[in-house]
Formats: sequence, structure tokens, C-alpha cells
Amino acid sequence: MQTQEEISRLEMTIHDLLLEAKKQGASAADAGLSIDTGLSVNARLGDVETVEHHCSQGLGVTVYFGQQKGSASSTDLSAQSIKETVTAACTIARYASEDPYAGLPESEMLATEFKDLGLYHPWNISAKDAIELAISCEDSARQYHADISNSEGASVDTYQGIRIFGNSLGFLNGYASTRHSISCSVIGDRDGNMERDYWYSVARNADALESAEFIGKKAAQRTIQRLGGRSLSTRKSPIIYSAEIASGLLSSLLGAISGGSLYRKSSFLLDSLDTQIFPDFINIFEQPHLPGALGSACYDAEGISTKANKIVTDGILNTYLLSTYSARKLAMKSTGHAAGVHNLCINSGNQDLAQLLKTMDTGLLVTELMGQGVNPVTGDYSRGASGFWVEQGEIQYPVQEITIAGNLKDMYQQILAVGNDIDERGNIRTGSILIEEMAIAGE
Amino acid sequence: MDNSALKLAKQAILVPAGLQESNIYRVMDQLLDGAVDNGDIYFQSSHYESWVLEDGIIKEGSHNIEQGAGVRALCGEKTGFAYSDKIDLTELLAAVSNVQAIARQGQTARLALPTHNTYPQLYAPANPLKSLSDQEKVDFLRRIDTETRKLDPRIEQVIISLVGVQDHILIANQGDSLAGDVRPLVRMNVSVIVADKDRREQGSMGGGARADYTYFLEQDRAIGYAREAVRMALVNLDAVPAPAGSMTVVLGSGWPGILLHEAIGHGLEGDFNRKGTSAFSGRVGERVASPLCTVVDDGTLQGRRGSLPIDDEGTPTQCTTLIENGILKGYMQDRLNARLMGVQPTGNGRRESYAHTPMPRMTNTYMLAGESYPEEILQSVKNGLYAKNFGGGQVDITSGKFVFSASEAYLIENGKITRPVKGATLIGNGPDVLTRVSMVGNDLALDSGVGTCGKEGQSVPVGVGQPTLKIDALTVGGTNV
Repeated sequence: MQTQEEISRLEMTIHDLLLEAKKQGASAADAGLSIDTGLSVNARLGDVETVEHHCSQGLGVTVYFGQQKGSASSTDLSAQSIKETVTAACTIARYASEDPYAGLPESEMLATEFKDLGLYHPWNISAKDAIELAISCEDSARQYHADISNSEGASVDTYQGIRIFGNSLGFLNGYASTRHSISCSVIGDRDGNMERDYWYSVARNADALESAEFIGKKAAQRTIQRLGGRSLSTRKSPIIYSAEIASGLLSSLLGAISGGSLYRKSSFLLDSLDTQIFPDFINIFEQPHLPGALGSACYDAEGISTKANKIVTDGILNTYLLSTYSARKLAMKSTGHAAGVHNLCINSGNQDLAQLLKTMDTGLLVTELMGQGVNPVTGDYSRGASGFWVEQGEIQYPVQEITIAGNLKDMYQQILAVGNDIDERGNIRTGSILIEEMAIAGE
Repeated sequence: MDNSALKLAKQAILVPAGLQESNIYRVMDQLLDGAVDNGDIYFQSSHYESWVLEDGIIKEGSHNIEQGAGVRALCGEKTGFAYSDKIDLTELLAAVSNVQAIARQGQTARLALPTHNTYPQLYAPANPLKSLSDQEKVDFLRRIDTETRKLDPRIEQVIISLVGVQDHILIANQGDSLAGDVRPLVRMNVSVIVADKDRREQGSMGGGARADYTYFLEQDRAIGYAREAVRMALVNLDAVPAPAGSMTVVLGSGWPGILLHEAIGHGLEGDFNRKGTSAFSGRVGERVASPLCTVVDDGTLQGRRGSLPIDDEGTPTQCTTLIENGILKGYMQDRLNARLMGVQPTGNGRRESYAHTPMPRMTNTYMLAGESYPEEILQSVKNGLYAKNFGGGQVDITSGKFVFSASEAYLIENGKITRPVKGATLIGNGPDVLTRVSMVGNDLALDSGVGTCGKEGQSVPVGVGQPTLKIDALTVGGTNV
């Protein structure tokens, strides 16, 4: 297979690069390389708007001179550039301070098994066919409802890439992966007030994508539902985060329990290990080897093998997320999280979104959030939101121009239920999340 | 010109690639030979370095080199685009044949482009990376760290970063001439964590410019950032929950100008208005702000983070009036959208790199000074919020809804600033918010040079600014209901 030959060739490049680092006096080094090619087309109002051909490459190296470290990167993979990149990293290392915690991982933690995780499924679609697919996607959105008045278009994207990573402890591995997506964004207009919404599907295998027609229709449906939105009066209320935005609540958790935030004491979950941070029905875990999943990987950014992890059990925090460096700073062991988590999941109950609305009875269903508004040190949370007001378990009207606020520590403790409407389009997979009470600011 | 910048850019890009100018004109001929309206090639060679001090030691440093060329063909509303990390003739010709597939049959609408030969020099074509030796850079960071830690015993953590970029760019957009620029950019940031009893808070302040590292040595800028970061963190240690609901909001001068960037700036970018997807579409000539408000986008300010003599399409930048005495005057344009809307480009065609296509983007966006004294503005408020510093913001240009998050704010009670409140997000509607501006301060200030704007996945450096402003009603997203 041609890709395998390419991987072997690029592994040699990393091999040579590590030798060059040694030659220039580094006591240890690691290096990574990536090559990505892709096609991206956008169609708008029934005609092609852009066709982009992507082809990018890059390599990065980190060298250690004892406990001093330096990094460099380049988009040029030539032998001459490799030499210069290593030299640049070595120059930096000379001026970096001795850091007792710096260095490569312990060898025994490095991955030795490289399962085929089913990440590589090239999609040999021509630009012409991709354009037709995008047009059909947008058509289905524009035909959905008379109030769909304009469009930002539909896009079809396909990427394939090769990643190689190696270090001077003898780790060297490369793999190929693909990622394809179809997306659509349309605008609705009622009484001169415009709203926009979108939908997308993403997968490693094009066969697993939702159909272009479905995506277009769903984008239009979401746009139409938002028309005629109003603000709310300021109040306290239960809130449901719909599945496609609920992952944000969990990514704040991941930030707070990552080694870097903990050793810097910039986390609202300092000293929370083995304490109850969620209600006891919550279990959060990681499945890094799910075949074909978007977050799957055999090893982390340092080559440490990934494994299935229980992060929260019965509401209790079991583990921090550590890289070699942050683990050493905290006098702990790396958990294989130098590149974050791989397929984070939360256990769901048996309620779908409609049932979750019934459980809430009266409150706010949030479907979009705006702005950053999260203080990682204190957990204070305040973000712009839009969604739907719900009474007696039924959606009453769209809501916009409000904020929702609370503190993440309280919000986690106040989770009442997690829906089974799991959104699998990302590295964090969750259903909709019902929270007992938050502050809503409006008119 | 800056002919020297063009000369330097040619030297940095063409010489290592073994290319002659005539090679590029040949490729351009080939590109424009297809049935396309116009096209361009953007060459870039970029050197970037960063240094990070943490825990009192120089912990990280990196040096990055990025170079390549992007080729674009434009035909009506259609764009074909391809790029390569290699700058050589074979790659360029391959890219040309890829992008020409977009060309239509038959008639083209090629426009003759004016040739620009002279631009004001907004910054020296110096290399910031070489403006201090590596030893001087790390000594400087250590000195600022030591001085920062002396500022208050409650400081637990100090992280200082220093980043420098030198960008060489060359733009070919017709068969016989090149535009070019050498763009320096430096940025420094100090962030601290302070702790007192059971409370812990962060504070962060930074600055930057199109200059070299000596910028931070002048006027005690670096230690100034440290003092600000520590002051903000300490203020927040005492902050009480922010109020929730609609109230009078006074925005401080300078960086709070992010209000303008989010609330109206993005909505006035040409692409959205050409497509009719902005809440401001078709509203030129209408009142969109109180008569006190005049807002400009100005790429020609000396040395500012958002400044450029020419944009990434080779068009000279300018000072574009967006809103004059409350009336919407015009949009920010790149070449594609200007052509399709039948107006002149305004020098706002910007791209993150050769691997991205240009779009209308802001440069330095600010509101001109008014006549009120800041104290007088505060005194006029019975109950409200004074928001002095902000984090980021976001806008939905179609509905016009925007947010921006206060990181330092106080209650105003009976015309006086009283207690600090916790950070809160403010939300409003772009086309309405400036109509509620009832007082404009005489204290126009631009931000310290930290802004980065994201649009469709592309980041570019920008500036914002404003005088102190009073907005009669804006929704404040606190927890205190």
C-alpha cells in the first residue's frame, strides 16, 4: 500500500532527525512530523463558491541538553531544513534554565502495541462530485421552508494525513488517518429579523456521514425554529444544555483536572482528587481505542500508551490528567494525557431530550453559547446563550440575547440527569445535561 | 515606499527559492490566461519565536519557520485556491492548473488594477528576533519576574511570555509588478495567580506592537504590564457576585473597544454585506448609533498591532469611516467583495497565511473622542456597572447578537465606583447598542497591542480603542438575580 511506503519513508526522516539531534550534542530528543492533504469545496445559492486544495506539512523537534530544553519547527522537510531546525532547537536549549522535571518519559511507559484503530478511510471524491454534493445539501436546506431567505452555503471537506512521532528512547511510529465532513448554514428571515443556524456531520469514514439531504434539512429546521426569538426577564431557572453544546461543560472539567492547571494552581478543582465533584450517578470515562472514532489513538503526544480510564466514578474524581512533565511536578505518574483525553464519555440515563424536557418541566433549553466567560481559577461562569423556553415539558418559544451564569463547582453538583441523545461528532461524547438552577440575565 | 521593504522581501523569498521575478510574471501570465477575472500569488516566509518563563526559570522556548505560496483564481463570485509549503516553479505551476478549474467559459470581467508605488512607512523592516541577543531576552524575562514577585506577597505564580515574528511577504496580482512588505510583530504577556486565605485569582496583562523587542524596554512597559496584572488579580480577590439584568453600563477607555469590534465591526465586513447575511446589510446611510458616535477602521497608524501599509492583496490600507455621527457610512472591503459590490477596496483584505484565502478583516477599529470627562460620565450614573477590562468577545453577525466578557468591573452607586464584582458576560444587539450611547468621553485610548481576531478559522492581529462610554441599557450576565 502506497501510504505504508510513505509512512516508512517519513519514519526515516524522523529517525535521521533524531540522529542529527544526537550529533549536535543533545542528550535526548523527540520529534514529530505531519503531512496533510485535503479538498474543501463550498457551494452557495446553488453554485460553487470556493474550491480549495490543501497540502501542508510540518515537523517539530524538542531537544534536551541534560535538564535544559528547546523546541523548533519548520514547514520545510528537506535535509538542509532538518539540520537548521535541530540547530535552532539546540540554540534555544542553551538559554533555557535547568528544569529538574524536564525530560522524556520513562521508557517502560511508551506504547509498544499499535493496534489498527480504523482511522484511515480515504474518500476519493472529485472536486466536481464534491461540488454536486454540497449543492444538493444546500438545496435541501433552501427548499425546506419559505422563510429560508439566504444562505452561507454548504461545504464538503475531506482530509487525509500522516503523523509520525519518535524519540531518542527508540520509540518510532507513524499512522495515517482521514477526516471528512459535510456542513450547511442557512439564514431565515421573519419580519426583517434574520437568524442563522447550521448542522454538520463529521467522520473518519465517508460512509458514516449523515446524508447531504439530512444535513441540509436539519440546518434549515434549526434556523426556522430560532425565528421570532425574544429575551427573558432576569430570573433563576433550571437549564438543559443540549447535547451538541454540553461537551463544553466537560471540557471545562478536563481543563481543571489537567496537570498543567493543577501545578500552576490555576484550577477551580485543586485538591479534588478522591472527592465528590458530581452527584453519585455520574460516571465519566475514556475509551481511547474505539474503532474509527474521532478521538482514538494508541499513544499520547509523548508516545505513552493510552488506556481505558475511569475519570469520575459515582461522582468521585479518580484521576488527574497528567503528562510526564506535570506528573513529575506533582510527584505523580503520567496518565498518558500529554495531548488531552481520547474519546471522553459520560454515562447517560434512559431519557431522550423530549423526556428530559418533561423532567425539567419549566426552564430553559440552551442550544447555543457565545463567548468565553469561564474563569478557570474560580470556576465562575457567565456566557451568552440562546435556546428555547420550556413549560410543562414543551417548547414554548425561542429565546435570545440572554446570559446564563453560575459557578462550575455548583453546576457539576447540581446535574440532575444526562440524556441518551449522545452527540458523537467530537472527542467528548455526551447527551443533553439538565442542571437544577442557574441565573439567567435578560431584559 | 517603502521600497526597502519590497527589496528585502524579494531577497528573503525569491533568492533562497532560486526564483527570478520574471519566473513569477510567467506564472501570473499563465494564471490570468485562463478564463478568470483575476488572481494572485501570495508568497510568505515567516520566522517566529517564543520564550516562556514560569516558576522563576526559562522553561520553554521555540523557534518556528513557515514558508510557502498560495495561488488564487477569482471568477465572478467563485474562488479557486491552492497552496504549497515549497516555493518553486513546479509547485506554483501545479497550483495554477489546480485553481484554474474554477474558471468559467467565455467572457471575463478583468479589472485593471492601479499600480501603487509608494506607501507610508508604518514600521521599520527590522527583525525583532535579532533586536536582542538570546542572552538579553532571557535576562530581561528573569528581571521582570524578580520585579513582579516583589510587588505583593500574595503572588503565587508568575508566567511571562515573549513572542516575536518577522514576516516577509510578496504579492503578485498582475503580470508585471510585485508588492511586498516586511512585517515585524512583538507581543509580551505577564500573568499572575494570587492567593489570600481561601481565595485565589488570576490577572493578566500584556502589550505589543509592530516593532522590535526594545519596545518593551521603553517607558517601563514590561513592568507596567506586571503591575497591571497584579493589580487586577488583587481587585478580583475582593470581588462580589456581579449583578444580573439590564442596566446602565460605563465602559472604560482602550481595550473595552472590543465592544466596537464585536458589536459593529464584524457586521460591517464586506463579504457578509455582499451576501446580505449581516444585520447591517443594506443599511448604509441609516442611523445605527447615537449622534455622539464616530467609528473608524484605520490601518495606517504608526507601529500598531493592526497596522499595515498594504493589505494581503497589495491594496494600500486607509482610514475608513464606518460610522459618522451615528450614520452608517460604509463597509470594509477586500478586492473580491469590492468588485462584486461595485465599490473600491479599502485595504482590508487580510489572510492568516499563504495557506488561507483573504477576507475582509478589521485593522485598528476605534471610536473617536467625545467631549465628556470620564468622571462626569461616572457621576451621571445612579446605579450601574463600570467595566474597565475585558477578556474576549464573539458575535453572530446575522442576528446581530454579540457578547464580551468583563474581567474587571465595579458597581456604580450614586455616581461613585464602589465594590469590585466578579467577571460577567455582557450581551447586546449590534445594530441597537450604539444607539444607546448617551455620553462619550474625551479620553480616547487604543489598546496595548494584544488583540487577535478570529474569523472562519483564521486569526489575524488587530487593534481596538475607544474613549470612556456610557451605554444606557445593556444586559449584564451576573449571578446576583
